[in-house]
Amino acid sequence: MEKLFQKISLASASLVLVILLGIFITLFNASKPAIDEFGFNFITDSTWNKEIIIDTPVTKVNEKIPVINEDIIMSNSPVIVDEDAVDSNTKTIFGGFIPIVGTLLSTLIALVFALPIAMGIAVFLAEIAPKHISHTVGIAIELLAAIPSIIFGMWGLYYFAPIVAGLVGGYQVSLLTAGLVLGVMILPFMAAVTRDSMNTTPDVLKESAYALGATKFEVIKDIIFPYSKVGIIGSIILALGRALGETMAVAFLIGSIFSLPSSINSPTISIPVAMANNFGEANGIGESTLFYLALILFVISFTVISFAKFFFLKGHKS
Amino acid sequence: MRLLLNKFILGLSTLSALIGLAFLGWILITLFIKGISSFHFNLFLNDLINGGLRNLIVGQLMIAALASVIGIPLGMVAGIYIREYGRGKYAELIRNLSDIMVSAPSIVIGAFVYAVIVVPTGGTSGFAGSIALSIMMIPIVINTTDSMLSLVPKELREAGIALGASKYKVIIDIVIKSAKVGIMTGVLLAFARIVGETAPLLFTSETSNYFSLDMTESFPSLTVSIYDLANEPEKASRDLAWAASFILTVMVLVINLTGRFITRNKG
Repeated sequence: MEKLFQKISLASASLVLVILLGIFITLFNASKPAIDEFGFNFITDSTWNKEIIIDTPVTKVNEKIPVINEDIIMSNSPVIVDEDAVDSNTKTIFGGFIPIVGTLLSTLIALVFALPIAMGIAVFLAEIAPKHISHTVGIAIELLAAIPSIIFGMWGLYYFAPIVAGLVGGYQVSLLTAGLVLGVMILPFMAAVTRDSMNTTPDVLKESAYALGATKFEVIKDIIFPYSKVGIIGSIILALGRALGETMAVAFLIGSIFSLPSSINSPTISIPVAMANNFGEANGIGESTLFYLALILFVISFTVISFAKFFFLKGHKS
Repeated sequence: MRLLLNKFILGLSTLSALIGLAFLGWILITLFIKGISSFHFNLFLNDLINGGLRNLIVGQLMIAALASVIGIPLGMVAGIYIREYGRGKYAELIRNLSDIMVSAPSIVIGAFVYAVIVVPTGGTSGFAGSIALSIMMIPIVINTTDSMLSLVPKELREAGIALGASKYKVIIDIVIKSAKVGIMTGVLLAFARIVGETAPLLFTSETSNYFSLDMTESFPSLTVSIYDLANEPEKASRDLAWAASFILTVMVLVINLTGRFITRNKG
């Protein structure tokens, strides 16, 4: 029994490793056709679902042209690789540049928006509020984190975006509104982890500074921030890692259009949203392309999160 | 000047907290008003095909329940390994990986399950959805178990060993018992988190308009249907989406608060 239990527990723990490797290998295999086809230029290529003619026998020109035109016009629509249209002499080009840029920019906007507010909340919870208020507000902020992301999406689309668009102009579904709602979503997580980092500052340090006549702000700025800096940076990066992979809140708001945003308030698309909207209809090279995007997203977020963990949050439990 | 700056900054910080609370309030009030106005008890009696939500609620709970049946024991036993049996680098590696996996993009997990389960089995199914959610759940449960077990004093374990109990006995009868409340809270929070997930279910369980208990077929999911309904042009569909969102949020928050309440009373 003893030995058996130990074996079972070892096996379950190893499952984590197996799943992670499994995800990586599966994504890689599934994106192999797209990787072979488009290579690494995929990352900087901004075409999406566009058919080009590689070799045009004279007899086929007439019947092909309408198809091609139609597909260029429809290049913003879901990835439907029509098997009839994909002939030996045309090939469909997919590039990942637009969703990659959309993912990074929406995360950046979220970060810029959430960072100051999250820091403020963390300072409030850790230093300003009396214990019982801090406890209650802390729970409320954590409840905000518990709300399912799809709710953020709906609320964002129907209530938040119209106000933002009213204030700054532009489309209601845009990079800006998606980024802001994403910011609201990562706010509680960022605040909670930052608060925990700040709480690790020894009281003795703070008390010494107060005894020297420092104001609360000076204590925060000169004692707490320097002391917990590493943990705070770690939590910011961790929040960033989560924002990169967020799907549903962004899906409602980013507009889901495969075009580079001409300004901050025009619509575009992100990797998770491209997957969410197109996976069902895709097949062949289109599906493989989505797996390629998933692989890129997985690698980016894995790197970002491990970076935060190993360099900043070593031995730090979030 | 120093004092003024101090007041100003502290004011800004308090304002941030108010902004955070305002967002929570705004979302909850919106949900409440929109949800209540489209809420009707018939929603619990009819299926989506007849304008109700019964099949979706049952489906979502079944997917999440099966995910818990898979995820909780595996996660707990794995957590026990890295805290009680694991020595050195391997346990540390698993701990770090599971920490990273907690933040892995959920849509990628959906794509993974699509490739390894949905494609080989020939179609979306409730089982595939449950497996996707259990993959999300395992690392959360591992982390909770790990940190809760770390709070159990070493002396308790030593006392057990000194009485001649085997390590396995000590873990099951002493360590787990004393960490029970904390682990239960963690498990409830993990359940609350996965029951509201949408992205991993989009192409694993999909959703269905009809009542079903057969998890080998495409399975009704509340969250996936909210996404579909909210994007439909008819106002009736969107109202239904709001009612569904309201029910979902109440469910998630009640489970979440229950979890917190247990620790507060016992801890």
